[in-house]
Amino acid sequence: MESKSTTNIFQKETWTNLGLSAIIPICAIGVYLWWLIYHSLPALSAWATYSVLPLQKGSHLGASIEFFLYDTPKVMMLLFLVVFGVGIIRSYFTPEKTRAFLSGKSEFAGNVLAALLGIVTPFCSCSAVPLFIGFVTAGVPLGVTFSFLIAAPMVNEIALGLLYGLLGWKVAAIYLGTGLFIAIFAGWVIGRLKLENHIEDWVTQTNVSAVTMEEEKLTFNDRIVYGWDAVKEIIGRVWIYVILGIAVGAGIHGFVPEGVMASIMGKGSWWSVPLSVVIGVPMYSNAAGIIPVVEALLGKGAALGTVLAFMMSVIALSLPELVILRKVLKPRLIATFVGVVACGILFVGYLFNMII
Amino acid sequence: MDIKVLGPGCAKCNKTAKLIQEVIEETGADATVEKVTDMMQIASYGVFGTPSVIIDNDVKCTGKVPKKDDIKAWLNK
Repeated sequence: MESKSTTNIFQKETWTNLGLSAIIPICAIGVYLWWLIYHSLPALSAWATYSVLPLQKGSHLGASIEFFLYDTPKVMMLLFLVVFGVGIIRSYFTPEKTRAFLSGKSEFAGNVLAALLGIVTPFCSCSAVPLFIGFVTAGVPLGVTFSFLIAAPMVNEIALGLLYGLLGWKVAAIYLGTGLFIAIFAGWVIGRLKLENHIEDWVTQTNVSAVTMEEEKLTFNDRIVYGWDAVKEIIGRVWIYVILGIAVGAGIHGFVPEGVMASIMGKGSWWSVPLSVVIGVPMYSNAAGIIPVVEALLGKGAALGTVLAFMMSVIALSLPELVILRKVLKPRLIATFVGVVACGILFVGYLFNMII
Repeated sequence: MDIKVLGPGCAKCNKTAKLIQEVIEETGADATVEKVTDMMQIASYGVFGTPSVIIDNDVKCTGKVPKKDDIKAWLNK
């Protein structure tokens, strides 16, 4: 069992025996320690780069290494906090509850709710197909289902936490707002286009036996365990992408001259937004890996809209997911889905290049 | 006992099937595990989270890798 390798305090039994009076101080001490370490990272990374390692201040390699040593623990710590927090929130939601809530909702309100629920409902893109079938056969409108399927990967807690930590709350808020906008807009358009007959026939013919599972009753302590499981699972899966992403970011930070990105990905070139989308769609990475790269690109003069468009097309549209969805969607519906989402991303990219 | 693990072959699904196989070997329970990867069949069970575990047509768990203790409890019934 995986949990045996970690410390005993996170065993389910230990936690469920603790009263709330014990949990609150433990969490408070944990948060304080976290905060203390987090705020000493700039000094620690500079010290490690220039005092422990024989590197010269102002050198390319020094700048890269310092960036890497600073960002890696910082990103990991942020991820830990965000994934844990969102894990606890997610323990209140299940796909089943979301479906029951969304079935029979009117179109526009349904799109908005679906996009919002897409953020907090636990979802893995490998279960996109059963989820799609479950939603559609339960009477959730097609467009509303799409709002959910777009928001779930695009607006995710990892990206939100990292953007907040690395680029500040404004960029995080812009990302949240525009991501929701695209999910709502694209789902609404797909709903208006009346493409229900472009779902593969077997989906609607499937005889879905309505399974009712008894709902688990969770105590707050169970939810803490759930959050901790999410941390183990998600960080265990993405840490390698994070480190690779930061390594690429560090390379850009140290070696790419100031302003080079301004000419390629800057505001001046109108073609940079569509180009970012075209490059981004077939790329498959997760938010954890792409955001350190985004941070470095912004630092070198790339425009926010262009970078946002690139990031969104990498995480929202991916080839593997399209291949999975092809099982339930006919080619024309897939093409419409990609087209509408890509248009939304283009719009967001141009909008932010214009106003910022 | 007829156990089915529903899932298109993602890492979590394989882990679930492996865990159940381990428990069967440990406890010597009279059960067989079968992986169901076909989307049509998965959908017909009416579950959306994968992996899902079905024992004798009862949905035992969906959307997560079950804990070993839970599996033992299911097999003892």
